[in-house]
Order: sequence, then structure tokens, then C-alpha cells
Amino acid sequence: MTSSLNLWLIPTLPLAGAAINGIFGKKSSRTAVSTVGLFFSGAAFAWALSVVLRISAADMPYQEYIAHWIRSGSFSADFALYLDQLSLIMLMVVTGVGFLIHIYSVGYMWDDPSYYRFFAYLNLFMFFMLTLILANNYLLMFIGWEGVGLASYLLIGFWFTKDSAAAAGKKAFIVNRIGDFGFLIALFLIIQNYHSLNFTQVFDQVRPLAPETAGAGLLTAIGILLMVGACGKSAQIPLYVWLPDAMEGPTPVSALIHAATMVTAGVYMVSRSHVIFERAPSALMVVAVIGTLTALFAATIGIAQTDIKKVLAYSTVSQLGYMFMACGVGAFSAGVFHLMTHAFFKGLLFLAAGSVIHAVGGEQDMRKMGGLRSYIPWTFMTMGIATLAIAGIWPFAGFWSKDEILWKAYSSEHGSWVFWLIGVITAFITSFYMFRLLFMTFFGDYHGANVDEHGRGSHGHDGHGHGEPHESPMVMLVPLMILALLSLFGGLVGYHNGFEHFLEPVFGSGATAEAAGEAANSGTEWLLMGISVLVAFSGAGLAWLLYISKPYLPQKIADGLGSFYQAVVNKYYVDELYAKLFVKPLIDGSTTILWQGIDRKVIDDTVNNAADGARHVSDEVRHMQSGNLRSYAGWIAAGSAVVIAYMIWLGVR
Amino acid sequence: MVPLSYYLVLSGFLFACGVTGFLIKRNIITIFMSIELMLNGVNLSFVAFAAHWHALAGQIFVFFVMVVAAAESAVGLAIIIAVYRTRETLNVDQVNLLKL
Repeated sequence: MTSSLNLWLIPTLPLAGAAINGIFGKKSSRTAVSTVGLFFSGAAFAWALSVVLRISAADMPYQEYIAHWIRSGSFSADFALYLDQLSLIMLMVVTGVGFLIHIYSVGYMWDDPSYYRFFAYLNLFMFFMLTLILANNYLLMFIGWEGVGLASYLLIGFWFTKDSAAAAGKKAFIVNRIGDFGFLIALFLIIQNYHSLNFTQVFDQVRPLAPETAGAGLLTAIGILLMVGACGKSAQIPLYVWLPDAMEGPTPVSALIHAATMVTAGVYMVSRSHVIFERAPSALMVVAVIGTLTALFAATIGIAQTDIKKVLAYSTVSQLGYMFMACGVGAFSAGVFHLMTHAFFKGLLFLAAGSVIHAVGGEQDMRKMGGLRSYIPWTFMTMGIATLAIAGIWPFAGFWSKDEILWKAYSSEHGSWVFWLIGVITAFITSFYMFRLLFMTFFGDYHGANVDEHGRGSHGHDGHGHGEPHESPMVMLVPLMILALLSLFGGLVGYHNGFEHFLEPVFGSGATAEAAGEAANSGTEWLLMGISVLVAFSGAGLAWLLYISKPYLPQKIADGLGSFYQAVVNKYYVDELYAKLFVKPLIDGSTTILWQGIDRKVIDDTVNNAADGARHVSDEVRHMQSGNLRSYAGWIAAGSAVVIAYMIWLGVR
Repeated sequence: MVPLSYYLVLSGFLFACGVTGFLIKRNIITIFMSIELMLNGVNLSFVAFAAHWHALAGQIFVFFVMVVAAAESAVGLAIIIAVYRTRETLNVDQVNLLKL
């Protein structure tokens, strides 16, 4: 055991920042708010770095006990932290990318009237996310899980005066509750059967069990319910609908919460519970199928979107699908690898998109952009790198992780060529819509109006009202460049399975056994790798053909496809379907039965009738109190007479 | 010797007179006197019982009642004078400021 690492500092620092900014921020200057916000998130990052430097593989998993929380009989859940290779990676991603996005936000949010509130929320989010990652039991993890949901709600609805933003925040929160319901039931099942929520204790009991091959069992149930939770948080079918709407939030929020970190919490949770999933093949199958379908489904929607952030949102859903596909075929390290590279390049894509939106004065419609390459060269370059990365072109980060997933989907014992094929198709579509985005935004002619009428209400951006699109300030560009470097080289840690070996202590040595098989299969692996790169290039090529070389074609194709195209543009009418199936019956039922029926007819009427009755009776009775002294005396005399008569009657009887 | 029941009937008659006067009269002083009548009706039954049972307690009670009644008349008459000074009437039906 090493001396104490003081892990508790990592989540606590951002919490302190949130408290300071939240309490004193309103009266402080912007500089003071940014200093506090950056200092505390930066300090968390620095401390995480120092932890990485001080800890050695032999010391992991490292546990740190902070305070005791719930002790009930033999059950206990404490404020205690757990650090292994998996949480270490998450820790670096969250603090690192989080810190960069904090820096970026200084530039992006500078003109917002609620500047301090933004940083308070952002720091609060960091606190909960780090709690989620570092928890050593499911309950503390659940606290973080709910906390990030709260922070997400607050930040999506950050511009709460706008109806759509407030509604999007609510939608995200409510849809997540559905997932959390599954998560909670899974936790109850775990408590009931293993009498603990502590990761080590639960997994020690599960590990000796044999896989539940014959259909469903306890572990399968737990696994599927956990996956329901992950579906909510990580926006998988059928609960993905909140993520695209979440783009109502400020762009740094979309980058940090809805691309890089929070939405990957589901992947983290599934990976953390890999001991359970590995013993429940049916649950794994569910994960893989959901992931694969989501990847393909969301990618197809992404093709037809015109809002730059919506494209990225569907792309995020799709990439998360990849991660679940990896987890579902038992390749947890590949999933986490993609999680990490995705945090880099998707964070970068969102930040760059934010920079574009900033440049054109709040416009998000790509049809009104174009030709921005020469106006905002740095944004263009960084976004180009990110696009190459997400498309999976060698040697960018996305290539390594996506290729790893596709290979595992094909070769793993839980995998199959179907997953691989859908994955490759999705990769093609991904490459296509990402290059479409790039071409529509940066190439061709500028279609936007001049940026004089800045702000346009939609983005709270006012100020800098000069005519042409303009490059963002350095404070926004530097994070872009750092993330671009990470998107360029971040994948190299996966070279020669380095990443997988790093995670071996967590996910077990399935990898070594596979290494032997891999040698034999290396020919296949090279072939598949070649195919995926080829697919990436052809997607890019198709985008080039449609949006650069023959820009009249897309409209023709759209017309040719007719109603199918309309369905895609309208996101397959899923929102409408949900509104019909769930939202409307719920609202109607609440209105007619609960509100008009029970609340008004039963509860209100009971109270009102009781009051009315009391008034009517009193109306009659009050005549007794006439204020006439002699009538009172009369009542007394009459009463006495009755009492006396009664006594006499008693005596006579 | 006069039987006990005679005293009790007289006592009940006095009390009933008091009650009736209290109920039907409007003049405060008359009402006041009716109260005294009721008290004395009760006093009579006290002494009658005391004599009948040869128990002293009944007579002691009568003294107490008389003392209290004297004090009560002092206070009551003072109030009646105060009422007459402010309201210029002794009719209870017109002393109705507290009525709604």
C-alpha cells in the first residue's frame, strides 16, 4: 500500500469551486469567476495527474475510505473511493477534457449575463462525475449518476427563459429517470442476493459463479436492468431521444456533458460491472444488439440533419452505440478505449462547432454556412482533424479504437460477423455525414447573411457585431489545438494492444488468450482493417462527390427517396411516436382521472362539502346565541330542568 | 314541628319566582333582585336540611352564601350605576353593544 493518495481531493476541489462561484459569483467580476472556475477544475486535473504519477500498477486497485455513511446490520455503504486502471482512465479523461472545456468556456460564455452560474454548474458537474467514477460502491456511484443528471438538467436548461431549452432539460431529466428506474431495481436485486453494494464484495461473490448459459437467471436480470440504466444515461435505443434535444444547452456543455463525459457513464458502469455481464451471456447479447442498432439507427438520422449540433448529437449517440457494441461482445477494454478517443475527438468536434457558431453569430444551420475555411482557419484545421479521427482514418485516434471494436465484434467469442457488418456500414455512414458536415460548413461559398444582426436570440451571443465571420479568441483556440493533438496521437496508446494490456488487471486476461489466436488471425485482422479504412475513405469520397463536386445531387436523391427521406429528416418520427404512445396517454390520464376525477371530484369536494355543511349547521344553530341575556338564562334554566328531570328519572327507576 | 317538605316546597317556590323574574323582567335592578330571591330560596333549603339532620355545615354554608351575596350586590350595583351613567337606561335589551 502506498501512503495515502488523498483521492478525496479530486472530487472535492470542483465542489468547492461550485460553492464559491455559486454563492459569491453574482457579485464577483467575470475575471474572478473564471479564476475560481479554472483554478478548481485545473487543481482537480493536476491532482489527478499527480495521482497517476505516484501510483503504480501494483498498488491498484487502491481504495480510500473517507467517512462512513450507511451501516445497517451487515449491509454497509461508505463514502469510499476506488481507483483501478479503468477509473484512472476515466479520471484523466474527465479532469483533462473537463479542464480544457472550462478554459474554452471562458471565451465562449464571456458575454453571457449568467456567467457565474455557468461555471458554478460546470464545476458541480465535475464533482458529481468524479464521484461517479471514483465510487467504490454502487450506491455512491448512483449518487454521482443522479448528480450528473441534475447538472445536465441545469445546463441544458441554462437559457431557461427559452421554452425549448427548458423543455429539453425536462425531457432529459425525465427520460433519464426511466433508465434510473432499471438501475435502481438492479441495485435492489444485488442487495437482496449479495447483501452488499461494494464493488469488490459483490464481484468476489459473482466471480466463482458459472455463466448463465441456459437463458435467464439472476445475473441476466441484473445485467439487463443495469443496461436499462445505461440506456438512459448513455442515450441508447429506446431512451436516446433526450440527447439530440439536449443540444439546446450551451455548446461547451454539449461537448463536456453530452459528448465527452456524462453520456459515457453508462459505458463505464457496464464495464465496471463486467464481472456480472461476463456471466450473463444473454445480457451481453442485449447490450451488443442495442449498441449495434443504436449505432446504425442514429447514424442514418445524422445524414439528413442540417443543424450542425444535431448532426454531432446523433453522431454521439451512434458512437456510444459502438462502445456498447464493444462491451456487448465482451471487449470492454475496446469500449473504454473508444470512450477515451471519442472524448477527445467528439469534445473537439463540439468545441469546434461552437467556434463556428460563435464565428457566424449564433447560426446553427449548416445550409447558411459554407466557405468558412478561409475565415476561421484554426477552427477548420482542428475540426478537420477531428473529422478524420471520427471517420476512422489512419493514424488518427478514432481509427485505432473503432478498428479495435470492429475486430472484436468479428472475432470475440460473443461476437459475430453481423455486428461487424453493421459496424462497418455505420462507419461508412459516419464518415459520410461527418465529411458532409465539414464540406457544408467550410467549403463552397458562404451562404450566411452578414453577421451584423448578431445573437438572433437563439444563442445569447451578442457583442462583436462586425460583418464577416471571425476567428475565435485564443482562449477558445488553445483547447481546440490540445484536443486536436490528442485526437491525432491519442489513439497510439492502442498500438500493439498497449491499452488493452493496461486494462488487463481490470478486465482479466482474456486478452492474452486471444493474443495467441490473434497471431493466427492476423491475416483476417489486416483484411478487416483494410476494409474499415477503405469504407472510411469511400464515405468521405461520397460526401465529396455530393457536396463539393455535384452539389445539385443531394436534392435529387432526396426527392427520389421521397417519403423515406422525409422519415429520416424527421428522425423516423420517434419523438412523435413516443408522444402518442406514452406522453399523451399519460397527460390525458392525469387530466381526466387524476386531476378532474380524483383531485377535484374527490379531494376538493370532500373539503368543500365539509365546509359547506359546517356553515349550514352553524347558520341554524347561531340563532341560539341571540345576545339576549334572558334567553341565555332561559337556556340555562331549561338545561337544568332537563338535567334534574333526568336525575329524578334515574332515581325513580 | 313543621315538616321538612313544607320548607322545601317554599324554597322551591322562592327559587322558581326568582327564575321567572329573571327571565321575564327587563329592568336590571329587578333581575338583580330575582337573583337574590333565588339565593335565598337555596338558603332556606340549606337551613331546613341543617335543622332536620342536626348538621351545622348547612348553616355555615348559608353564612358563606350571604357574605358572597353581599359582596356580589356591592359589585353588581356599582356596575349597574356605571351602566346607567353611560347608557342612560336600565333596560337589558338596550345594553347590546357586543351584539353583532
